[in-house]
Amino acid sequence: MLESITAFQGEELRQHYREYQMSTSKECIEVNYETVIGLEVHVELLTESKLFCRCGTRFGSPPNTQICPVCLGLPGVLPTVNRKAVEYLIRTGLALNCRIASLSKFDRKNYFYPDMPKNFQISQYDLPLALEGMLKITVNDGEKCVGIKRIHLEEDTGKSIHKGTIDASLYTLEDYNRAGVPLMEIVTEPDISTPEEASLFLQSLRTILQWIEVSDCRMEEGSLRCDANISIRLPGAELGTKVEVKNMNSFKSVRDALEYEEKRQRNMQNKSEPIIQETRGWDEQKSITIPMRSKETENDYRYFPEPDLLPLQIDDAWCEAVKSGLPELPGARKNRFINQYGLSCYDADCLTSQRFMSEFFEKSCTLHPSPKVICNWLMGDVARYLKDSSTSLEDSRLTPEGLAELCSLIDKGVISGKIGKTILEETAATGKSPEKLVREHGLFQISDEHELTAVIDEVIAEQPKAREDFMKGNEKTLGFLVGQVMKKTKGKANPEAVNRLLRERLTGR
Amino acid sequence: MLEKGEASSLEITEAFLDRLNRHNDTLKAFITITGDLACRQAREADARRKGKEQCSPLSGIPIALKDNICVKGVRCTCGSRILEQFHPPYNAGVTERLIRDGAVIAGKTNMDEFAMGSSTENSAFFTTKNPWDLTRVPGGSSGGSAAAVAASLIPCALGSDTGGSVRLPAAFCGITGLKPTYGLISRYGLVAYASSLDQIGILSRDVRDCAIILNTIAGHDKRDSTSAQISGTDYIKSIQAPVRDIRIGIPAEFFLESLDPSIAGVIESALEIFRSLGITTVPVSLPHIGYSLASYYIIAPAEASSNLARYDGTRYGYREAGHDDIVSMCRASRRHGFGAETKRRIMLGTYTLSAGYYDAYYLKAQKIRTLIRRDFERAFLQCDVIAAPTSPGTAFRIGENTDDPLKMYLADIFTVSLNLAGLPGLVIPCGSSEGLPVGLQFLGRAFGEETLLSIGHTFQRETSFHRERPPLFDGA
Repeated sequence: MLESITAFQGEELRQHYREYQMSTSKECIEVNYETVIGLEVHVELLTESKLFCRCGTRFGSPPNTQICPVCLGLPGVLPTVNRKAVEYLIRTGLALNCRIASLSKFDRKNYFYPDMPKNFQISQYDLPLALEGMLKITVNDGEKCVGIKRIHLEEDTGKSIHKGTIDASLYTLEDYNRAGVPLMEIVTEPDISTPEEASLFLQSLRTILQWIEVSDCRMEEGSLRCDANISIRLPGAELGTKVEVKNMNSFKSVRDALEYEEKRQRNMQNKSEPIIQETRGWDEQKSITIPMRSKETENDYRYFPEPDLLPLQIDDAWCEAVKSGLPELPGARKNRFINQYGLSCYDADCLTSQRFMSEFFEKSCTLHPSPKVICNWLMGDVARYLKDSSTSLEDSRLTPEGLAELCSLIDKGVISGKIGKTILEETAATGKSPEKLVREHGLFQISDEHELTAVIDEVIAEQPKAREDFMKGNEKTLGFLVGQVMKKTKGKANPEAVNRLLRERLTGR
Repeated sequence: MLEKGEASSLEITEAFLDRLNRHNDTLKAFITITGDLACRQAREADARRKGKEQCSPLSGIPIALKDNICVKGVRCTCGSRILEQFHPPYNAGVTERLIRDGAVIAGKTNMDEFAMGSSTENSAFFTTKNPWDLTRVPGGSSGGSAAAVAASLIPCALGSDTGGSVRLPAAFCGITGLKPTYGLISRYGLVAYASSLDQIGILSRDVRDCAIILNTIAGHDKRDSTSAQISGTDYIKSIQAPVRDIRIGIPAEFFLESLDPSIAGVIESALEIFRSLGITTVPVSLPHIGYSLASYYIIAPAEASSNLARYDGTRYGYREAGHDDIVSMCRASRRHGFGAETKRRIMLGTYTLSAGYYDAYYLKAQKIRTLIRRDFERAFLQCDVIAAPTSPGTAFRIGENTDDPLKMYLADIFTVSLNLAGLPGLVIPCGSSEGLPVGLQFLGRAFGEETLLSIGHTFQRETSFHRERPPLFDGA
């Protein structure tokens, strides 16, 4: 039955499907719809100045303090292209396996909105700077390639502040600090099949963009924004009517909104109601998408080539220079970590989720060549410490030197692993070297047998019952006695030695 | 006089300001007269000259700017209600260069609104009169600049030329007008009408003055991406270059029956003068030139519709009061801030750029533009400059064409092709028809200003048409 349905297209398909549904209406059949998602991601570039003028781009400056005649679009001004922004886009294109267009141009996208000083946005229409790339993401059952259709450069708009909606508000305030900040738009192919994948894609994308230092990708500050196109279809059928979803301000809301929209569209289909091509906004509070505008009321942007800017010619030499300046990318580094350090896929994935973390790891490894130990520390106690003190590896005072020193102190038996954990916290908080801390607090491990034997004898004398139990064959009591020794030595006793010596004293061997 | 020390810049400036103030009510050439600024600059120029500083020949000379070229703090209306109170906070690239060389800025001249027009009748404020006949237009859109120079209210002025807006008024007013190659002069601070066609031009009494000003304003400006990486040419020197080997091309397409026979006659006798100097004329052909007007009236309005979108009453300029939401405020401000011709072109441009029409109009017009550029390239294989009339007729009467936009557009028929091709053009007075000046137009190769100026200068050395003054303004 399903196969015959796939032979139909569009409206015919829907009609046929309605009949199919009616014929089977009694038994509720779960129809396996496929979800098709494509993303449009806007990313603010980390350039110091704006795309077409020399104004600064710092986030959070007082309103209208980073403006000039050019980004205000005053009569008579002209744009000039920020070379750095083009370079960042090329860098991104190369990192996402794109082809860099040797000839590219800017176009005007015309529409009226008070936060756009010129009432047109300089963007790129039919000749984007980068195209035909892809990004590999790790999903549950392995890897998946998401195609990158194009990446283009454009200017950001200012920010409007209304009381309520633009039509109802008695006033509108405009802050043009953001107007003209370089923005790249990354458009994916409709290769994403679940809201989960969309979220994973965004995370991978963020990792790579932060990695190559083109954007800080802070969704909460708006330096990464995401719109999605989503539709459903029966397996193998033509693409369904797509709905554009906007106003998703976090990774979670991307997932939630798409899950909601997926469900909404399935319900519509199941009720045989048509899905309308429209733009819907995600309402975070109500957790629903609501219609914003239909296709009919969409703007005609009247694109045409920007006459004030010459076409961009990107020569191979420039591309090569950018390419050679690229760092090793997360995917490649992950594979290398697996091969070179014998890490598990999971560990390598985690360590390469941030460039800083991966470099921290490698640096630590060169100083203390036990990759697995370093990895365990980073993913265990270090991660826990960072989480508890709500800081990041970059912001903490922990250094690769510190971590390596800590590991080698444990390795050499100078301190116990347990003491190591306290030292770690103090090192990360104060930046003092572990060795110095051990010395300051007198935390050297006690391995001297005479010293230990004296403490052990003390403990045995204090705990006659435990001693008896052990002699009766209760092995567990040994652990208790070890604990007592550790307590007396404030954790400094070498646990291995204590174990051995205790057994010797108790059994008299 | 200045160089010899016979008069100070302040004396000269004050004399011009006096003349300007007396005659501007009649001529209506100026929108804003910057008397205080001019006197201050004149004093500074005098001080520099006294300090024996090396001075540009332009130092201390009064000049007027078309009212779409920004001068910091001086209102810049573009002949429009919507910018009536706009005071730019910055100087245009050319303004900076004029100030650097000590020129004295005496005022801002009248123009068709946003440079859209051929008569200054589209100015939101008033129509400038032709100094040769006050019932006639001075041509446009730089009509204020041309009339002011022709009536000796100012020695020289800047205009802008998008489809002939420097050359047509130069011809109608009997003065010299240069539209340089696109990219030779920075457009930074020139309020845009049609960005890919706009170019600042010069209106002066003769070719030599024109060269002096070009020396000051030509050259690269990194704020204008379309500005050419050319500098260091001495145009004053180049006007002296020998012209004997120059071949003048005569395109058949510019000398059809539709040309006023009396104008054709005047131009023919001017060409005869060149022949008598041993310069050869050769027939050339520009087969696609007939499409230039149509192509121009697609491209220019399209770009204008976008360039003028920023005037919405939000940030600066005219804002209509009494609206309680932003959408109706923007609409009303544009409805009442723009004049009829400007709105016509905005609508034309919006239409031709619309989805589904873009390919049929804008794209096709751009293709024609390429064909026209090739026509010129081919023609310039056979000749060094091309001679042509500037306009089908002499200055028309005020009101004569205002009801018929198409007839008005036809005034540009001999000038627009040059803007489409981005080439330079020079207009020099070459005689008159029924007491009204006739302009001879020379079209040159890209960055071929030197050849144009030398050929123009040669003609002016041999003739005295450029010395004729409109009788009404011949005295003090």
